[in-house]
Amino acid sequence: MIEAVGLTKRYGAKTAVYNLSFQVRPGAVTGFLGPNGSGKSTTMRMILGLDNPTSGQVTIGGFPYRKLPNAPRQVGALLDAKAVHGGRHARNHLLCLAQLSGIPARRVDEVLGVVGLQDVARKRSKGFSLGMGQRLGIAAALLGDPQVLLFDEPVNGLDPEGILWVRNLMKSLAAEGRTVFVSSHLMSEMALTADHLIVIGRGQLLADMNIKDFISHNSADFARVRTPDTEPQQREKLTAALTEAGGQVLPEQDGALRVTGLPLPRISDLAHSADVRLWELSPHQASLEEAYMRMTQGAVDYRSTIDQKAGLQQELPPGAVPPQQLPVAGQGQPGWYAPPPPQQGGQPFGMPQGQPGLYGAPGAPGAPGAGQPGPYGAPGAPGGAADANPYAQAQPQAPAQPVQAPAQPPAAPAAAPAAPDLTKPEDAR
Amino acid sequence: MSTPQPPMPQQAVAAPNWQAAPGTSYTSPIPITRTHLGHALTSEWTKIKSVRSTMWTLGIFLLLVIGIGFLVAAQTSNSDFTDVPYTIPAFFGLMLGQICLITLGVLVVSSEYGTGMIRTTFTASPQRHRVLAAKLIIFFAVAFAVSAFAIGLVGLITSGMHGGSSNVSWGGTVVMGALYVSLLGVLALAVGSMLRHSAGAITTMLGVVLVPAIMPAFLMMSESMRTIGEKMQEYNAPNALARIFRLDSESGHGGAQLGLLAGVTAAAIAGAFVLLERRDV
Repeated sequence: MIEAVGLTKRYGAKTAVYNLSFQVRPGAVTGFLGPNGSGKSTTMRMILGLDNPTSGQVTIGGFPYRKLPNAPRQVGALLDAKAVHGGRHARNHLLCLAQLSGIPARRVDEVLGVVGLQDVARKRSKGFSLGMGQRLGIAAALLGDPQVLLFDEPVNGLDPEGILWVRNLMKSLAAEGRTVFVSSHLMSEMALTADHLIVIGRGQLLADMNIKDFISHNSADFARVRTPDTEPQQREKLTAALTEAGGQVLPEQDGALRVTGLPLPRISDLAHSADVRLWELSPHQASLEEAYMRMTQGAVDYRSTIDQKAGLQQELPPGAVPPQQLPVAGQGQPGWYAPPPPQQGGQPFGMPQGQPGLYGAPGAPGAPGAGQPGPYGAPGAPGGAADANPYAQAQPQAPAQPVQAPAQPPAAPAAAPAAPDLTKPEDAR
Repeated sequence: MSTPQPPMPQQAVAAPNWQAAPGTSYTSPIPITRTHLGHALTSEWTKIKSVRSTMWTLGIFLLLVIGIGFLVAAQTSNSDFTDVPYTIPAFFGLMLGQICLITLGVLVVSSEYGTGMIRTTFTASPQRHRVLAAKLIIFFAVAFAVSAFAIGLVGLITSGMHGGSSNVSWGGTVVMGALYVSLLGVLALAVGSMLRHSAGAITTMLGVVLVPAIMPAFLMMSESMRTIGEKMQEYNAPNALARIFRLDSESGHGGAQLGLLAGVTAAAIAGAFVLLERRDV
């Protein structure tokens, strides 16, 4: 079990991690998520005693890492696949690590077999591909048969077979009762692997909860309803009926309706009693990716923009029309993954962007994840349905969801045609 | 679609599993032994012999010391050795060869920082002082053995070629010469551990060796700097080696110079240990 209490790390004026407290428990795969530069790797390094925290502490099984009598036998870690001396061949690399903790040499050959590198055991690791490097790093982590495992981006560069293998490996390690702590940016992979999530943004805890709760807390499931295109009045009739029944209805680009707050059978019943025919009535469940994007939207430090290529283009002759650039999905459109929520309360755990007082108030309503460290501790009492599902009720006063379409650089001509399409990605996926 | 229902069954399914987990912690069937310096020594021995830089630097060192020593021995006559030890041809090779040991000393530690291997090492042994101590011991043992072998071999070759002409015992010069260049390498290792950068540490060490050998020429010109210049001239590394090999038999046998180097090296090692524990990796 890994336990962090008030973990803080400053590098000069920059605060990489601020007042981070969490527990990683045995018997489950815990995912560690956060945007680039949010402090994931720093936290991992502090767990492993490589960096000293500015304040707070982190322990593994009750000990700070550097006080563990034989650390590799209790904790295995893959921090960086390239953190090897490239001139040393794979087997010697593992051998010198094994010797450091009194692990016999035959265990080295064993883990080389486990990760599938036995054929290149005598090849210098300089020539390894990223995926082979990851395998070598995983072999090093498994060397001591430890009860706690940390993996920083383990599937980077792995082939599909390797990704599947890592996924099953993590699950089986956790099933044996080990503590598995994995950071990754691959949301689809995390959704399949992790049981529990710890999400940080700008060095602070955003969420610490079961993965299913995380998805349902951070994105609204909705129903898509389509009425016959030929009869627009039917659409209005249905909208009125659904709104009256307490649902929230948002029109979509192509004429469909996005309905929240009403179960599917109820929508069907309402349509029937309003005498409206339906062409489509489909449930849409949010993905982990969508939930993650929604939550971390305010905490992203590095955001891509559209490449204008202005520096490469010759000046156009007067009167010529510049060629239209096709918009690329997700580029330069901050709101791409976060379609406007059905109502403005859909981000209970989101980090308010640029809110100055936030650092001083980790338990502020903006981050209840920090305030209640054990939401999983009370399985029978989810704090009342209304509490757990703020989007089920109208919250006109809730903090404005940063739908960032207006914030797009006005100088981006290619972004302009894409802007009205903010609801579209839902279909595109 | 409304969200109130889904969380309820989901929590009911997931939560018990999660709650049950803490009791069933995994324990490895293989017994856990307590680690000690011996483990770190075997590990460092594996490390030093499994990289090519060791072979390159030590190979060039042997080539320089033995090769130049042999050439000098071949170009000298019996009368040249009347009041000098037979190991004196090794001195000329060591002047260049010491740079190889400095390079290896720096690389033993800074290559780990350069490649990022140090994070893996310190994760595998969070007792950092033990790793550095093992590096120092293994490197010193290797450097001393190799340089003593090279100097001794040169002594044997020379005595074979010019038998009976020297009346100075040369056994002591083998030990002191090997000790001096090995300590230079150990100093380089300590400097490498403090600077964590190969090029920076090697340059620094070249400065330590060369600047005191060159600076006196300038310092002697000014009256006020004369004493500093004289001390530098007396204690610089090439001069220390020259005294150890009795190039200048009047002015001591290099004991004071060796003592100074040992003192400086001890101070650098102490600094390296202090910084090692304190800094982030």
